[in-house]
Amino acid sequence: MQVIDADIVIVGAGGAGLRAAIAVAEADPSLHIALLSKVYPMRSHTCAAEGGAAGVVKANDSLEYHFNDTVSGGDWLTDQDAVDLFVNEITKELIQMEHWGCPWSREGSGHVAVRPFGGMKIMRTWYAADKTGFHMLHTLFQTSLKYPSIKRFDEYYTSDLIVDDGACHGCTAIEMRTGEMKLFRGKSVIVCTGGAGRIFPFTTNGAIKTGDGMAMAYRAGVPLKDMEFVQYHPTGLPGSGILLTEGCRGEGGYLLNKDNYRYLQDYDLGPATPTPVLKSMELGPRDRLSQAFWQESKKGNTVQGKWGDIVWLDMRHLGEKLINERLPLVRDLSISYVAADPVTDLVPVRPVVHYMMGGIHTDINAATPIAGLYSAGECACVSINGANRLGSNSLGELLVFGARAGRFAVEHAKTVKAPRDALVTAQAADAEGRIKALFKRSGGKQRVSQLKREMNLSLEEGCGIYRDEKSLRDTVAVIADVRARYRDVTLEDKSSVYNTDLYQTLELGAMIECAETVVHSALLRTESRGAHQRLDHVERDDVNFLKHSMAYYNPNGDPRIDYHEVVITKSQPAARVYGAAAGGQAA
Amino acid sequence: MSKRTIQLEVLRYRPEQDKEPFFQTYTVPCEEEWVVLDALNYVKDEIDRTLSFRWSCHMFVCGSCGYKIDGEPKLGCKAFLRDYGDNIRVEPLDNFPIERDLVVVIDDFVEKLQSVKPYIIAKEEKALAAGEYIQTPAQLKAFKQYSMCINCLLCYSACPQYGLTNQEFIGPAALALAHRYNMDSRDVGRSAREHVLAAHEGVWECSFVGACSVVCPKDVDPAGAIQQAKFTSAVDYLTSMVGIGGK
Ligand SMILES: Cc1cc2nc3c(=O)[nH]c(=O)nc-3n(C[C@H](O)[C@H](O)[C@H](O)COP(=O)(O)OP(=O)(O)OC[C@H]3O[C@@H](n4cnc5c(N)ncnc54)[C@H](O)[C@@H]3O)c2cc1C
Ligand code: SF4
Ligand code: FES
Repeated sequence: MQVIDADIVIVGAGGAGLRAAIAVAEADPSLHIALLSKVYPMRSHTCAAEGGAAGVVKANDSLEYHFNDTVSGGDWLTDQDAVDLFVNEITKELIQMEHWGCPWSREGSGHVAVRPFGGMKIMRTWYAADKTGFHMLHTLFQTSLKYPSIKRFDEYYTSDLIVDDGACHGCTAIEMRTGEMKLFRGKSVIVCTGGAGRIFPFTTNGAIKTGDGMAMAYRAGVPLKDMEFVQYHPTGLPGSGILLTEGCRGEGGYLLNKDNYRYLQDYDLGPATPTPVLKSMELGPRDRLSQAFWQESKKGNTVQGKWGDIVWLDMRHLGEKLINERLPLVRDLSISYVAADPVTDLVPVRPVVHYMMGGIHTDINAATPIAGLYSAGECACVSINGANRLGSNSLGELLVFGARAGRFAVEHAKTVKAPRDALVTAQAADAEGRIKALFKRSGGKQRVSQLKREMNLSLEEGCGIYRDEKSLRDTVAVIADVRARYRDVTLEDKSSVYNTDLYQTLELGAMIECAETVVHSALLRTESRGAHQRLDHVERDDVNFLKHSMAYYNPNGDPRIDYHEVVITKSQPAARVYGAAAGGQAA
Repeated sequence: MSKRTIQLEVLRYRPEQDKEPFFQTYTVPCEEEWVVLDALNYVKDEIDRTLSFRWSCHMFVCGSCGYKIDGEPKLGCKAFLRDYGDNIRVEPLDNFPIERDLVVVIDDFVEKLQSVKPYIIAKEEKALAAGEYIQTPAQLKAFKQYSMCINCLLCYSACPQYGLTNQEFIGPAALALAHRYNMDSRDVGRSAREHVLAAHEGVWECSFVGACSVVCPKDVDPAGAIQQAKFTSAVDYLTSMVGIGGK
């Protein structure tokens, strides 16, 4: 097996991975960086982010406000030391992006413009029209080309981390063009592989978001934290699951039920003012809006469409000029996919799985419990998102913690002696052996697409916006069954060059591992908090569950779920208030 | 739900076993609102697991799914079945070697992208504490369109010059990107990029057929960028002559 040596190995070249790579290159240009990605960097799903990135910049705002919005938005499951650090560092990061050329939208004066976003009390979301993530990703990718020490390995599928004696020494990855497995050895490894939304059937997440890195870290012994917290975004296009950004509502769009009534006023989010007020109505937090949809649907107030229940997003009153200027992609997507022009028509929407609050357990330095292993971006859980992420905090998160991961990985690399060669090589050979065995397996009757569908539907049904013990137990059983049958999947494509049958099969394995942590953590959390709503335990229970769930891998059965203290510094748990009581400013 | 059945003719090529590319036809039951990518995914999931193609976002922003559809370079996720007949032909993009099935080798493009130094080259580094650069909406508008490129390479597939010059011509998207940075009020890197743009494989190679701008799914208008760049390149050249002459 070919061995590639680097000082720092970074898995994933989305927003977080690229930011980490640049941070390493700037901290010490003499270090060799290997940056691996299963797609070309600009294909990473950061490109899909539309709305923006929050950072305090205007005179009427304060770090304390951003802190409070984030902590209460996360239903106090956030670690407050991490949030503190995040709100302190994010604006600097956004300015850094500006210096690197990110085309932020501007005010007439030439200063960056900000827009309102759900759950934020003050307008503080920086944006680049409705293609913020796209511009951030391309800015980071293009900037990364400046640094000769960043060596990219595009279209390398990483299969396993190499961990020995409590330390991480690298990873194994398959070069997709040849099918050859290679061993990457590094002193520090940073995992930035993004989310796992694809475990659900109806999602805004691209095909690549299959939780590979979460599963790799999990198998290597790192706990996955707070996996039961899965964010539904309230406005996805029915059928495709394509996202219409929260910016639609930030700019003043309404959500209407079948009677053209702004139903959110019935869910403690009112009053229904004609122009948007922050933290109220359509600018409430995502968990509450998605839950209100579910309640409306139970009451028979949603519209029965061809793709199931929907409500209407009404942007007609915003006018063509504003829509073209600030929401051009939204207009394009709505016309193309549901034949509704937001300028003249109501657009059908429904909640759609969007973001994993949980992920690889890290501390505020992006370090995992395994020495030399770091993680940042959506695959990590640091945690600034708690039980519910506020929109426009994760683009910021990947910058702040991506950069920190890079810097701390550099510090760590300085302390490392060479790994024990023989053990590393043996582990790599094991990883290769598993792939070879998969190629040799024959006669199995299980199809990847069928198993994926069963897992998808069961999660949506049993572990969706609302859950209860019975639905969760059913899903636990389905996932266990899928996991057992997965061992019998046979590759139909036995070739080496760009074998997507192989990669989809490996991705399904990762998804099953993520899914089991989601459903087991959800089953044991007998309370309702943020995005985790139990019909059989409707109250938040701070006595027993103001804790992070920690799911540990068990090769022979269900994950072991343990708990970890939440860091509380200055904000004691209280009721989450939205609507009139929240005192949000006019947007 | 109304169903429709199409014949999807897909170019297959697996270097380990196929001497040359051939077409394979799949019968696909489709939903009315599907795009060609959905039909390909149906084939992959239900009929033939050996078919390979790139895709990810399904919302025309990641740039992965460029294929030639009925002879034209298109994004698979933006090619609605309703705009096609019942026989649809899908091939890899032109002007790139086929790696496998619909997957093409894009190393050449990636090198070209890098060669134009697509990053801000600032006069002097500004401290973060000094805040953002002031850039008016008008200054933003001067380059914004050219920053919209998703690197889907439809324009390279359509560009006659890229094919004719055996991939020597630096090509539409890379030139548009160079122009994007040249036009950015924060950037002073034009002279650093000039040797690439003004080289014979640079802007002058373009014969202004404009096919790139026609196929571009993001209205980047690379042809327009190249024309503008030619103009500034010519001015630069003249100014440099005058400069030398004046010494
Ligand atoms: C439609 C949409 C809109 C959004 N809008 C916003 C918004 O407005 N504001 C906001 O703050 N957040 C938004 N988000 C969330 C935010 O965009 C993501 O959380 C964030 O971009 C994730 O970045 P990342 O770098 O962690 O991962 P990604 O960008 O997903 O990158 C993951 C990287 O890991 C690589 N990778 C994965 N597995 C492997 C493997 N096995 N081997 C090798 N490489 C691998 C991939 O190739 C890729 O390069 C949105 C999300 C979506 C889906
Ligand atoms: S210029 Fe247009 S066609 Fe060419 S790569 Fe960019 S987006 Fe695609
Ligand atoms: S799948 Fe991303 S552009 Fe088509």
